[in-house]
Amino acid sequence: MYEPILEKPKSFFDIYKEKSGDQTITHYCPGCGHGIVHKYVASALDELNLTDKAIFVSPVGCSVFGYYYFNTGNYQAAHGRAPAVATGTKRVNPDSIVISYQGDGDLAAIGTAEIIHAANRGELMTVIFINNAIYGMTGGQMAPTTLVGQKTTTSPRGRNPYNEGYPVKMCELISQLNAPIYVERVALNNAANRAKAKRAIKKALKLQAERKGFTFVEVLSQCPTGWKVDPPDSLKWIEEKMIPYYPVKVFKDISNEAEPYPEPKKIVSGNELLEILGIKSEEEKDLKKYEIPKEYRNPKIKIAGFGGQGVLLLGVALAQVGMMEGYNVTWIPSYGPEMRGGTANCSVNISDGLIGSPVVEKPTILVAMNKPSMEKFEKDMVPGGILFYNTAMIDEEPKRDDITKVPVPATKIASDLGNIRVGNMVMLGAIIEKTKLLPFETVKKGFEYFISRKNLIPLNEKAVEAGMRYVRENNL
Amino acid sequence: MDRGKMVVNSDECKGCGLCISQCPVGCIEFDNETINKQGYHPAKYTGSGCTACGICFNVCPEPGAITVYKLVKA
Ligand SMILES: Cc1ncc(C[n+]2csc(CCOP(=O)(O)OP(=O)(O)O)c2C)c(N)n1
Ligand code: SF4
Ligand code: SF4
Repeated sequence: MYEPILEKPKSFFDIYKEKSGDQTITHYCPGCGHGIVHKYVASALDELNLTDKAIFVSPVGCSVFGYYYFNTGNYQAAHGRAPAVATGTKRVNPDSIVISYQGDGDLAAIGTAEIIHAANRGELMTVIFINNAIYGMTGGQMAPTTLVGQKTTTSPRGRNPYNEGYPVKMCELISQLNAPIYVERVALNNAANRAKAKRAIKKALKLQAERKGFTFVEVLSQCPTGWKVDPPDSLKWIEEKMIPYYPVKVFKDISNEAEPYPEPKKIVSGNELLEILGIKSEEEKDLKKYEIPKEYRNPKIKIAGFGGQGVLLLGVALAQVGMMEGYNVTWIPSYGPEMRGGTANCSVNISDGLIGSPVVEKPTILVAMNKPSMEKFEKDMVPGGILFYNTAMIDEEPKRDDITKVPVPATKIASDLGNIRVGNMVMLGAIIEKTKLLPFETVKKGFEYFISRKNLIPLNEKAVEAGMRYVRENNL
Repeated sequence: MDRGKMVVNSDECKGCGLCISQCPVGCIEFDNETINKQGYHPAKYTGSGCTACGICFNVCPEPGAITVYKLVKA
């Protein structure tokens, strides 16, 4: 009596329902190595009983349709980004088994940064790297792994290292990093090597299940179509052309010594999440959305001055208080070349709708804390905008006559309060008094979020009040 | 009786010939009489010699094209 010992692995779908055309066969060319490696992955998942936990990330390349075949969780990532997608996948599903499956164009060309950094971070994933020395899907162009002298459609006279560099050896690169625990190169050329390939893939997945670390298996795999050889000869091609340059061996294996990664902390409730983020949910619930006067609604604010004038903090304060009032806000500092000259600026949006870009190019509110800032940004203001300028440091009048001008000697007022650095908070007071953009009560509640030295909160509060008073008393 | 036998699901075979070239005892051949629904001459077991080594299964790129059986005592 005969019993089956090797048959279609259960981790494959019976019928490939996502696929067009014949749903019982793969889309791969006859003799393609991808199908063989798919089988090894599926067999390993079967044997390790990991199918239900597995999430397969398909790349761009001939294996773009990996998700047709694997009866696992599936993603298809943008070109080269499979390790990044796999990183996110694993981090939010720490109990899953994540496979980043990639070709050499995907992994070693467009996705070089992603693979190096995923490996360097030691992400708990298994990378299966199909090195077929060519871009198969797009019709046989040169890959980073194309051999010296190898003819492809884009190296018709053979790869020339003086022009295109030498073939990239990924195992050699990855195994230099500290974090990876297991790095092996295998090949499909003969039965012994295929058995090793199968074992390596299973080992890598097992190590991931044991939470040991980042595992990487490179497979020297045939692309008979791209190489323009018959499938049986393609195995010889691996042996004669690829293996001499790409040695088949274990490059790194510290899996015995490696301690399993600590179990990840699980976030069980929304409230716990808020707690971790330091958001006081109860307090916020009490606040009703404050009504901003119509003419100042959805302001686009630019705040500029010298580095030490606290212009970035003033922006943070406005954004924080706006957020506490239930608005969508953005705050973004400028790191442009102008920073080098000692001036700083930031952009703030406070909006009742979605904010497309955090950058403010045409401010409706401009705060100029020094002269160069006014010179630089006054001209960008929208007509009808409102300009707050620090007369303690600006001895010129604004030029525009289609804007509202609010002169405030902020630095002088701050200095009278005993600390020249709270000029920004004086300006904050002037802004909220003039525009009623945000209520003083909420500003007071906001201090603890944006003033890191708690003993300075009373002084900052005084400064805001002084700015408000100045605007009131001078009928600005 | 041979120790094993291999069976090709001929509609899933792409006629690449890898199994034929890799079988150590040469017990697989093309079925030149048959053209399958994909238009290939599929591989087929010659009918004798299989040792159930599994090499054909592990070189065949099609998930369901080959099944390898082993002789067990009844
Ligand atoms: C952003 C982007 N750039 C380029 C392409 C075109 N493209 C598709 S597949 C591919 C290379 C695939 O080669 P490889 O990763 O070696 O996989 P193979 O097809 O050989 O399995 C390229 C460049 C694309 N789809 N997306
Ligand atoms: S082009 Fe090459 S890599 Fe792509 S399916 Fe065909 S044989 Fe496989
Ligand atoms: S290896 Fe598979 S697809 Fe290729 S000829 Fe043999 S049975 Fe057919």
